[in-house]
Amino acid sequence: MSGSQEGQHDHPESGEELSIYARRAQAIEALLVEKNVCTPAEVQGMMDVVESRSPADGAKVVAHAWADPEFKARLLAEPRSALAEMGYSLPDTTPRLAVVENTAQVHHMVVCTLCSCYPRTLLGRPPDWYKSFSYRSRAVVDPRGIMREFGLELDESVEVRVLDSTADLRYLVVPRQPAGTEHLPETELAKLISRDSMIGVCNARTPQTVPAG
Amino acid sequence: MAQSNKYRPGDQVRVRVDSPSGHYRTPTYIQGKTGLVVASCGRFRNPESLAHGGSGLPEQPLYRVEFTQRSVWDRYQGPSGDKILVDIYEHWLDPVAFRR
Repeated sequence: MSGSQEGQHDHPESGEELSIYARRAQAIEALLVEKNVCTPAEVQGMMDVVESRSPADGAKVVAHAWADPEFKARLLAEPRSALAEMGYSLPDTTPRLAVVENTAQVHHMVVCTLCSCYPRTLLGRPPDWYKSFSYRSRAVVDPRGIMREFGLELDESVEVRVLDSTADLRYLVVPRQPAGTEHLPETELAKLISRDSMIGVCNARTPQTVPAG
Repeated sequence: MAQSNKYRPGDQVRVRVDSPSGHYRTPTYIQGKTGLVVASCGRFRNPESLAHGGSGLPEQPLYRVEFTQRSVWDRYQGPSGDKILVDIYEHWLDPVAFRR
């Protein structure tokens, strides 16, 4: 049956060679389908979810959490149902999304030392640096050094909590809301919330540091 | 089927030192370290079995375990309050002290 599946994937007709990784992924997918582990529609469905999401979605959710403390409490306690309120339907499978909050006393930073686990169902694909050996090995040993490279110098009185997502949970960080932004509408707040601040390697922007455009 | 979790938040645990052949998700750097269970995260199929075509059953309780950075790294540069939290399946944990 695997032979009959050749050619079902779209790839360039130019004769361009697929990378060994692309060919390996195709071979594995064909086997999974053949063994009834999953259907091509399920694979496509998950790809569609991840490809449709970007840090803008995370920023929208965090902005809403900043603006509405009750929503924030629900988001921290039951992320999946809280996100459903905003129209985000997360797959009812593992990995499961978990949300943590940064405060004046506690700062979370997320890494996956084993591979590249990331809250893809809300933020889309992780940045390349997140997957690098350098980040993965240094984040657990020297988180404050990493944050310094992202422009954040945390006071010694702040407790740094590194989350290593080794298993079935994927962590989203709600960064601290910058002081003096309480009056802003959610669409303006969302501009302050960078992808990196939702990984926890830096803080949200202030209105003064939002890039133009 | 609904067996209860062995650990609760507040329990002290030590991570087993092991390197089973095949896939496992307990990082080497945390093995042998003593930490505090801070949350029960639910039950999940065992990735060590799932990765090799198994059913992953019975499901394993998963815990968020907190370690002080200085107990993990001898030469940690940051303040003593800094922590590292790792999600670890129950069968990788041995009890040190149960919360009374």
